[in-house]
Amino acid sequence: MSNTLMENPIAAQSAWPAWFTAEQAIALAEYEKSPTPTRKNEPWRFANLKPLDLSAFVEAKPVASEGRLINASAGLAETSAKLVLGNNTLLHRESSLPAGVIFETLETAATKHTDLFKKYFMAQPVELGSHKYAALHKARLAGGAFLFVPANTSVELPIEIFQWVEGANASVFPHTLIVCDENSSVTVVDYFKSADKLPAFACGVNDLHLAAGAKLTYVSVQDWSHETTAFHLNSTSVHRNATCTALIANFGGGFVRGESLSRLVGEGSRSEMFSINPVEGTREIDQRTLQDHVAPNATSDLLYLNALDDKSRTIFAGLIKVEPGARGTDAYQKVKNLILSDDADPNSMPGLEILNDEVRCSHGATNGPVSNEELFYMQARGIKRDAGRRLIVNGFFNSLLERIENKPLRAHLEQLLAKRLAIA
Amino acid sequence: MSLKIENLHANIGDREILKGLNLEIPKGEVHAIMGKNGSGKSTLAKVMAGHPDYEVSIGQVLLDGLNLFEMEEPDQRARTGLFVAFQYPMEVPGVTIANFIRAALQARLPEGEELDAVEYYHHLYEKMDMLKIDRKFTSRAVNEGFSGGEKKRCEILQMAMLNPVYAVLDETDSGLDIDALRIVSEGVNAMRGPERGLLVITHYQRLLDYIVPDVVHVMVDGRIVMSGDKTLAHKLEAEGYDWVEKEILQQA
Ligand SMILES: Nc1ncnc2c1ncn2[C@@H]1O[C@H](COP(=O)(O)OP(=O)(O)OP(=O)(O)O)[C@@H](O)[C@H]1O
Ligand SMILES: [Mg+2]
Repeated sequence: MSNTLMENPIAAQSAWPAWFTAEQAIALAEYEKSPTPTRKNEPWRFANLKPLDLSAFVEAKPVASEGRLINASAGLAETSAKLVLGNNTLLHRESSLPAGVIFETLETAATKHTDLFKKYFMAQPVELGSHKYAALHKARLAGGAFLFVPANTSVELPIEIFQWVEGANASVFPHTLIVCDENSSVTVVDYFKSADKLPAFACGVNDLHLAAGAKLTYVSVQDWSHETTAFHLNSTSVHRNATCTALIANFGGGFVRGESLSRLVGEGSRSEMFSINPVEGTREIDQRTLQDHVAPNATSDLLYLNALDDKSRTIFAGLIKVEPGARGTDAYQKVKNLILSDDADPNSMPGLEILNDEVRCSHGATNGPVSNEELFYMQARGIKRDAGRRLIVNGFFNSLLERIENKPLRAHLEQLLAKRLAIA
Repeated sequence: MSLKIENLHANIGDREILKGLNLEIPKGEVHAIMGKNGSGKSTLAKVMAGHPDYEVSIGQVLLDGLNLFEMEEPDQRARTGLFVAFQYPMEVPGVTIANFIRAALQARLPEGEELDAVEYYHHLYEKMDMLKIDRKFTSRAVNEGFSGGEKKRCEILQMAMLNPVYAVLDETDSGLDIDALRIVSEGVNAMRGPERGLLVITHYQRLLDYIVPDVVHVMVDGRIVMSGDKTLAHKLEAEGYDWVEKEILQQA
């Protein structure tokens, strides 16, 4: 018989140090005593609460199709390192990284690089509503990826991480922790994939830390099965003159709750927060964001694109917060909904909270149908209506992918997108 | 074999714009239409292509005997062999020229058959070179941020790739610089032949020096009111349209 989500029979034999498993016990208690969110909680306005019933989900078993999953963990043609995890366990690792770069499983990092781990692990506040699920994540964390890039080190080729779930109602707790030291640079692609079309539960955290002058491009390709309930809690902290570009592509998941906090803590820092969300059927993507400007002269640029078909649903609630000391802030926030069906349900709640006068901020949300003029033009060239619509959706998202500077990565993402939208 | 327009009446809203238009372009010929602003030339082009804003009340367009208006969707008409180079080509953000033309060619293949990518690019580059379009344009979004002349060249590139049986070129010359006019005209002339009919809409005789028409028609208020050989274009250029209108009045 399967264990329920709340039991953790492998904790005793886990690779984690004892001090961490002790913390996990506290986190579990925290999870259990935290109330389940209601719509009265501001961060859960409009939210669908049904997916918060997690009673059907069970402990993930060790993966059965290890070889197949490793083979299917193929992304870019050229990478500098790769980590493959299945059902919270390391399946495969390869690396040709420069000296000093640490790229390990999370539990290894907790043991071998305890100081770094303690300094950065879940160090950001959880402010966007999922305190309870962050506690659950910590309590049940079993595997994950840890990357540390030392000062003045550039990793030329991208690093890829694959985190798989396999089996009916299996629960996974993916975790990616990236620490970029001063003036380092790296590109990371994080894939979240299902081995099958079965329902599953994912409760993941990724935290990005950029020291002064660092440059990080982080892409999450979330491709869970359409039966999956997923939480993805992301945080970014950007120090002086560092630049973080984070793109979240939600290709999969039946219900996805995403929370992204970006803290601009160093002067002249820059955070780009992008997301592309093709949704159809009854799928639902609920995204909450916070651009927290603490330091002066920093820039944040958020652009979220949703294309909604059938009876799909999206929620975007974003806040730009300019703290009193953050003069010279440049902050942008934009969500665009491309509406493909009368039954689709987009909800947009952009917001500003400005406590300093010397700032430039703009925010906005737009809803629009597929342009009849564009569609006519395509049809006038012989392209069938349905194919034309998909090309237009593809174009809608491609205009965001243009913001990804790394060309092979951009081409790869364009390919994944075209495949996702079934364009030849 | 011809593109035959019979007694065509078309409205936008409750306003009639085409008022019983008759015109036949036999395969192998090049015809030109000239006419004042607002006389309905672009309306004719868009109605044939199947633009949803226009309603056809009476009349038909036969493409080698096939009634275009029996084809509900514009894409069917295009695949039957009609091509319209628009006066104001639409922008399609995020869709590259290469992917756009490829999708158009793919749509012409039988179900399950895939376009050969290598052959496709070979063919595309050949046509681009002919029209002196920089190959970098393949990865630019269709018409987005293009100059007026670049848009027109891109229309002719599409025509060259799609190889229509009948093509309507709506003011393809406007916005082209002198060199571009010659290059584009050469591109169009390369497509002249016994297997194709062309209808060129223009305001300027100059284009017709490059693409010499077999017949020139004059359009006034939604109808073709006069047809002649290429010298008619010279007369219009020299004297304007007033005399045409007077002549019609006298006939009436
Ligand atoms: N969408 C529309 N809504 C309202 N009126 C329209 C629309 N499209 C065309 N018309 C009107 O129909 C008439 C014919 O327009 P059309 O564009 O066909 O003229 P044209 O002969 O191509 O002119 P030009 O030489 O300036 O290109 C004009 O009076 C124009 O204002
Ligand atoms: Mg016109």
